[in-house]
Amino acid sequence: MLRLDAVTKTYRVGAFGGRTLTAVDGVSLDLVPGEVVSLIGESGSGKTTVGRMILGLTPVSGGSITLDGAPVRPGKDYYRQVQGVFQDPFSCYNPIFKVDRVLQMIREEYFPGTAGAQWEEKVAESLEAVRLAPALVLGKYPHQLSGGQLQRLLIARALLLGPRFLVADEITSMLDASTRIDVLNLLADLKSRGLGVLFVTHDLSLGNYVSERAVVLHRGRVVESGPTGLVFGNPLHPYTARLLDSVPRLTARWDGVPQEPVPDTPEPSVLVEAEPGHFVRRVPAPELRSVS
Amino acid sequence: MALRVNDLRVHYRTLKGEVKALDGVTFEVGDGEILGLAGESGCGKTTLGKSLIRMDGRMRHAGGTAELDGAELPIGDDRAMDRFRFREVSIIPQYAMSAMNPTRKIGRMVDELLRARGAEPDGAELRRRLDLVELPHTVLERYPIELSGGMKQRMVMVISTLLDPSLLIADEITSALDVSTQKAVARTLTEFRERGFVRSMVFITHDISLTYQIADTIMVMYAGKLAEKAPADTIVTRPRHPYTRLLISSLPEVGVRYSDRRLSGIPGSPPALLDPPAGCRFRDRCPLAFDRCAEEPPAVEVAPGHHVSCWRS
Repeated sequence: MLRLDAVTKTYRVGAFGGRTLTAVDGVSLDLVPGEVVSLIGESGSGKTTVGRMILGLTPVSGGSITLDGAPVRPGKDYYRQVQGVFQDPFSCYNPIFKVDRVLQMIREEYFPGTAGAQWEEKVAESLEAVRLAPALVLGKYPHQLSGGQLQRLLIARALLLGPRFLVADEITSMLDASTRIDVLNLLADLKSRGLGVLFVTHDLSLGNYVSERAVVLHRGRVVESGPTGLVFGNPLHPYTARLLDSVPRLTARWDGVPQEPVPDTPEPSVLVEAEPGHFVRRVPAPELRSVS
Repeated sequence: MALRVNDLRVHYRTLKGEVKALDGVTFEVGDGEILGLAGESGCGKTTLGKSLIRMDGRMRHAGGTAELDGAELPIGDDRAMDRFRFREVSIIPQYAMSAMNPTRKIGRMVDELLRARGAEPDGAELRRRLDLVELPHTVLERYPIELSGGMKQRMVMVISTLLDPSLLIADEITSALDVSTQKAVARTLTEFRERGFVRSMVFITHDISLTYQIADTIMVMYAGKLAEKAPADTIVTRPRHPYTRLLISSLPEVGVRYSDRRLSGIPGSPPALLDPPAGCRFRDRCPLAFDRCAEEPPAVEVAPGHHVSCWRS
């Protein structure tokens, strides 16, 4: 299990680093194999920072990230278990390397002892998992492939390592509607094969489609989390309700009510379990506060 | 009719030859109408928007006409078009972040812009419009870099419509914004139309659900051609073109439970427009394709205001 416990990220800002900016503020979440959790937030909510901290690309300022109980130490052993795919597939490739060479780099780094035939089998297997025909992509340059193909290839590359967890950060936002859904279905397939996926997105309809659990971030803090059906069907935090209300739908037009800005949850606020498994950020009831 | 486009063709010059990005599109936009222009990347929607106001150096007007309020737009002639820009046709570009001059305070920039167009700046009117989009008047004393993305987008919207153009082109103006800001910006556009700041509008986006929220009519393009054009409700509930149907059925929605139900995408990808195939361009991906699709389907009006380019419709 990949566990984030009160993870915080602060940056020093200002001319001499005199002020601190809290980008992620005490985020806790668990990711288990065979589950898709969507991490939903608008720009500046800290959702990408959370993903980057899991992948060891950004150091953690406070709290802890553990894998099966042991603190995370980024390195080859860790990256065999936890992998990431990012937003822009067009800029992830070296334009002068053919696809074979991109995959070959994984072999040199992680599987130096693997024989050629065995490696080819492994490549074919992971390409099949992302539904790409090897003949279609091998021997091609990145510019010869479409965005959807490149994105699936990046997932295939991650799968070569046999990871248990995947951080997918806005992986469909550069793709067209007609190919986007294929990548989402692919995540669902990988999930049923036992992969745990953290699906970072700003698009609520995608999160609703693909995930079992949803975590909503606002200004670096979790404001609501729980099973997708509960969070989307019965949003308890005003911010979640506002987001859901703003999503354009094909089934209904926006009503004419103007939007009110969402007030910040007054301090002190904590995550409260409103119904089984469904947490929402609230000011605790007075009797609870006096206890703590 | 505010805008009447007839068989418009715009090609891109490249070293390999001409890319036929817009290959014979005919449509009309009525007075006070918001036309939503939807389609995937490379379908020609941005090319269409740009050719109605300013073609860049790589673009070539290969044929067809565009008529605005009865006057033909000289779209192939950059200098002659200048007379129409800003006063008759205006555009809100996709990237508001880079649309304003970073070295000028916004108020001064607007002033200079208006004088360059021979118009007298009207401070009171400008402030009224800032109120409408909920921007404080102090933005005029600030540099563009001091504004957030949503504020910049709203500022650009105000600037683009200051001279009350007849036609406004809004090209993917919300794709860089958050969902809640997106809703506010989209609503402001309809508000502009209601108040007569613009008469009609072409709203370009890849997001059909968003178009549906504000457009009266939706036009779906595919590979440089018109696939289907109909009132917004008709496109969403009773689409006739196979491409529109597949596209709409591939969109996940909030408020729907997908426990085990899977949506599916459209296999394949659009044809290269350097040398597009003859006949229907969706043929290779279309589940309904038959022999006749080798012949190009004309856009037929199957019901009042509902145009479809498909032999099967």
